[in-house]
Amino acid sequence: MTSVSIQNLDLNFGSVNVLKQLNLSIEEGEFLVLLGASGCGKSTLLNCIAGLLDVSDGQIFINGKNVTWAEPSERGIGMVFQSYALYPQMTVKGNLSFGLKNARMPKQEIEARVARAAEILQIEPLLDRKPGALSGGQRQRVAIGRALVRDVDVFLFDEPLSNLDAKLRAELRVEIKRLHQKLGNTMIYVTHDQVEAMTLADRIAIMRGGLVQQLASPDEIYNRPANKYVADFIGSPAMNFFEGQIDADGKFNVGKLTIDLKNYDFADGTAKGEHWLGYRPEHVVLGEAALSMPVHVEAVADIVEPMGSDTLIWTKIEGHDFRIRTDGQQKVAAGDRLVVGMDPRFASIFDKTTEERV
Amino acid sequence: MAGAKQPVRILRNLNAKIAALPMIATALVIFVGCTVWTIVHSFTKSRLLPKLEFVGFDQYERLWSTRRWLISIENLAYYGIGSLVFSLTIGFLLAALLDQKIRFENTFRTIILYPFALSFIVTGLVWQWILNPEFGIQHIVRSLGFESFVFDPLYTPDIVIFGVLIAGLWQGTGFIMVIMLSGLRGIDGEIWKAARIDGIPKWKTYLFIVIPMMRPTFVTALVLISAGIIKVYDLVVAQTNGGPGIASEVPAKYVYDAMFRSQNLGQGFAASTMMLLSVLVVLIPWAYLEFGGRKNGK
Amino acid sequence: MANNAKTISASGVEPRGPKPRPMLSPRNIMIYGTLFIVAIYYALPLYVMVVTSLKGMPEIRLGNIFAPPVEVTFEPWVKAWAEACTGLNCNGLSQGFWNSVKILIPSAALSILIASINGYALANWKFKGSEVFFTILIFGAFVPYQVIIYPIVIILRELNLFGKLGGLVMVHVIFGMPILTLLFRNYFTSLPEELFKAARVDGAGFWGIYFRIMLPMSLPIFVVALILQVTGIWNDFLFGVIYTKPDNYPMTVQLNNIVNSVQGVKEYNVNMAATMLTGIVPLIIYFASGKLFVRGIAAGAVKG
Repeated sequence: MTSVSIQNLDLNFGSVNVLKQLNLSIEEGEFLVLLGASGCGKSTLLNCIAGLLDVSDGQIFINGKNVTWAEPSERGIGMVFQSYALYPQMTVKGNLSFGLKNARMPKQEIEARVARAAEILQIEPLLDRKPGALSGGQRQRVAIGRALVRDVDVFLFDEPLSNLDAKLRAELRVEIKRLHQKLGNTMIYVTHDQVEAMTLADRIAIMRGGLVQQLASPDEIYNRPANKYVADFIGSPAMNFFEGQIDADGKFNVGKLTIDLKNYDFADGTAKGEHWLGYRPEHVVLGEAALSMPVHVEAVADIVEPMGSDTLIWTKIEGHDFRIRTDGQQKVAAGDRLVVGMDPRFASIFDKTTEERV
Repeated sequence: MAGAKQPVRILRNLNAKIAALPMIATALVIFVGCTVWTIVHSFTKSRLLPKLEFVGFDQYERLWSTRRWLISIENLAYYGIGSLVFSLTIGFLLAALLDQKIRFENTFRTIILYPFALSFIVTGLVWQWILNPEFGIQHIVRSLGFESFVFDPLYTPDIVIFGVLIAGLWQGTGFIMVIMLSGLRGIDGEIWKAARIDGIPKWKTYLFIVIPMMRPTFVTALVLISAGIIKVYDLVVAQTNGGPGIASEVPAKYVYDAMFRSQNLGQGFAASTMMLLSVLVVLIPWAYLEFGGRKNGK
Repeated sequence: MANNAKTISASGVEPRGPKPRPMLSPRNIMIYGTLFIVAIYYALPLYVMVVTSLKGMPEIRLGNIFAPPVEVTFEPWVKAWAEACTGLNCNGLSQGFWNSVKILIPSAALSILIASINGYALANWKFKGSEVFFTILIFGAFVPYQVIIYPIVIILRELNLFGKLGGLVMVHVIFGMPILTLLFRNYFTSLPEELFKAARVDGAGFWGIYFRIMLPMSLPIFVVALILQVTGIWNDFLFGVIYTKPDNYPMTVQLNNIVNSVQGVKEYNVNMAATMLTGIVPLIIYFASGKLFVRGIAAGAVKG
C-alpha cells in the first residue's frame, strides 16, 4: 500500500520555482532518503509533506488521505529536526508529552506512550532533565522520541545527524536503522550525506533543482546512475569521466585510447557519437591483474594520498584527470608508472548533450 | 477529497491577522493617514481650526519669509552638523578606547552612557545651571583670577545654539559610543590578528581596515543622530525656551508654537511638512543603500 | 617600575615565561588618562545636581557650584517634592510623579503586550502584506512627531480621550510600537525556526505557541523592552504637554514649569532637587539594569 504520495507538486517562492511538478510515491514501511546538495529542494519537499510550507500546486496524500490543506498536526506525521528543536524550558518528559497534551489525550495514555518511547530509546533516566543538560546524542534521541510518542505512520527526518560529530553520527545512524526495523514505519529522511543515504535507504531520491533525478535502490543508484549528475554526486572520490566518441563498431575513443564496449549493458542496444564515459575509481585494477583486464593503459601517479584502509592515486589519462582508489597496502609513490586496468562492464556511458545514461 | 477543508484565503492565518490588527491600524491610520492629512492641510488657510480651504503654497511662502523660521533652520543646521561631527568622532574614539581590552570597561561605559537615560528636560536644566553666568563655569573661572573671562553661551544670541549643543552631546554621545562599540566587536577578530602579523600599526588598521568595514554601523549611527536632530525640542524648551529672544528657536518648537499657542495651524502644518521633507532627504538614500546592499549581499 | 627592570634588562637575560606588561606604559597612561578625564566630564553634571540640591540658597550665592555643601540640608528636596510652585499651584512635584506613574504603568504594559504579539506574528506567521505593514511602521518611526501630533489631537477628541490619561496611554502605545515591534520581531526571528515547526507538528496553534513556547523563552527581551519603555515614557515631555491637561501633567512637564517659571525668586537648590527627583527613576533603572539597558538601546539600532 502506498503510504505517502506526492502528485505534481509545485512550490514557488515569488518567481523562483523550488519544486517543479514533482511526483513521488512511497510505500508503507519504506525508508526513503531524499539526497542532494544544499539548495536542491529536499528540505523544502519535506516541509511540504509536513505541512509546514504551503504548496503552490499539486497534492499530497498520506495513507490515502488528501492532506494538502491539513494542519501539520493532523497529518499523522512525526518530525525530527536537525537542531533537535527541543523546547528548552520543558523537561524531556514535557517535550515528549506536549503534542499529546495539545491533542487532549487522557493522562494515563500520555504516561503510557511516554514510558514506551523512553524505553525504546533508552532515555528513561533522562525524563526529568531539561534539554540543556543533555548531550547531543541524548537530545537527538529525545527528538526522535517526540516523533515516536505520536504513534504516527510516517516519520520525517530533516538532516537529523548533521549536528553531531562523526563518531556519534555513525552510532545513531545504526540506531535509526534498528528503530526502523523494529517499528516498520514509513520514514522519509533528508540528508546531504551520501553515506547516510546509502546505508539507511530502501530507496534514494536524488534531487537537484527541485526535480528528482533518480529514484532507485542504493545499489541501482551506485551501479547504474541515471545521468551524469547522479554518477558524479554518488561515490567518493567522484567518478572519472572521459569525453569521447563512440564509433560505428561500438568502440569508445578518447585520444589514443580505445575502449571496446561490447560487454557494456546499453539501455537500448547501441549508441553512436559524442558521449561521456564514466568509471569509478574503486573499479580500477592495478599491477599484474590489470593486464588481464579488457582495457589497460599506462599512467604516471601524480599525487598519492594514503588513507590507511585505502590509497587514492591521482593520474592523468588522455588529458583527463583520473582518480584511482586502491588497497591501502599497495605501495605506490608519486612518479611511479602504473598499469591501469578497466572493465567496460563497470563503466557508465552518458549522452554528451542530454547527459542521460545510454 | 476527505479530511481537509477548503481553506478560505482571508481566514488562513486568521489569528495572526487579528493579532497584527493594532500594527496594521497604526501603520495605516497614524503613520500614513495622519501624515497625508497634515500634508494636505498644509496647503489650506487653517488657523484656529483645520479647514479645507486651499491656498496653494501660501503657507510655505509665509513660512520662508518668517524670520523666526529662518533662524530655526539656521540653528538646526548648526546643531545638526555639530552633533553629527562630534557624536560620530567622539563616539567612535571613545568606543575605540573602550575596545582596548581595558579594565573597568563596564564602569567607564556606565558613566559615559548614563546621561542617555535622563530626559532632555533634566539634561537641559542641569546645563542651564552649569552654564549660568552668575554661578556656573564663568563665575568659577573668574573667581580664580581671570576677571575678564567670558563664557556665557546661553545669554549670547550668536552662540546660544552651541550651548544647547554641549548639553545635547553630553546626553547622546554615550549612545553613539555603544553603537560603535558593538560595531567594533562585530568585526572578525582574525582581521586584527592578520593586521598584527602584517605589522600594520593600530591606528592604520583602524583608519584603513576597521572603519571601512564598519560602514553599516556608521550609516546606522548617522540615521539615528539625524532622526534625533530633527526632533530636538524638549532640550531647547528646558534650557533656553528659545531665547534669548528667538535666538535658539528650532523647527520643532516653531511647529508646536504655531499649532498650540498662536492658533496658526496652517503654518504648523507647513513647517512640519518641511521637517518631514528634510527627514526624507536623509532617509531615502539610506533606504536605497540598505535595500540595494541587501540585494547584492544575498 | 622596579620589578620590571630585571626582566626587561638587556643584560643578556633570556626571554622566558610571560612577556612583561608594565601597568604604567605610555599606552596605558594615555588610554586610562583619557578615559578618566572623559568620565569626570560626564559625571560632573550629576555631581553638580546633587551638591546644589543639598545646599542652602545663601551658600549657593556665595560659593561655587562644584564645591561640596558645607552644611547639608534636605530642605530643597522636601520643598521640591511638596511645595514648589507651577504658576499658582504650589503642590510640588509629587503630583507630577504620581501622574507619571499612572501614565507609565498602563502605557508600558499595553505597548509591550501588543508589540510582542505583533512581533511574534511577523516573525512566525507571515501573511500576505505583513512585511509591507511592518515596513510602513518602521518608516513611521522616522516621521517627525510634529507631522502627526495634530491629527492625533483630532482623533483623541473624537474618541473623547483628549486631555485624559487614557489618550496619552494610547499615544505612547502608538509611538512605542515601531521600535518595540522591531525588537520583538528580531528576537523571535532569532529563535530557531525548527522549534516553531516542532510545536506546529505537535499541534499547538497561534496562541498556544506564543504562550507555551515563545513567552517562556523570551523573558530577557521582555525585560529589555520594559527598560526601554519605562525610561522612554517617563522621560517624555512633548506628548505629555500636548495630550494632557495641567491636572494630569507628567513629571517632566511639571518640572519644566517649576524651574522655568518666571515668577518669584529663583531657588536653584530647589530646582536641582526637583531635577534630581525627576531623573532618579530612569537613573535607578539604568544603574540596576546594566547590560540590559545597553542591549535595549542597541536593539533599536540594529537594522531590521
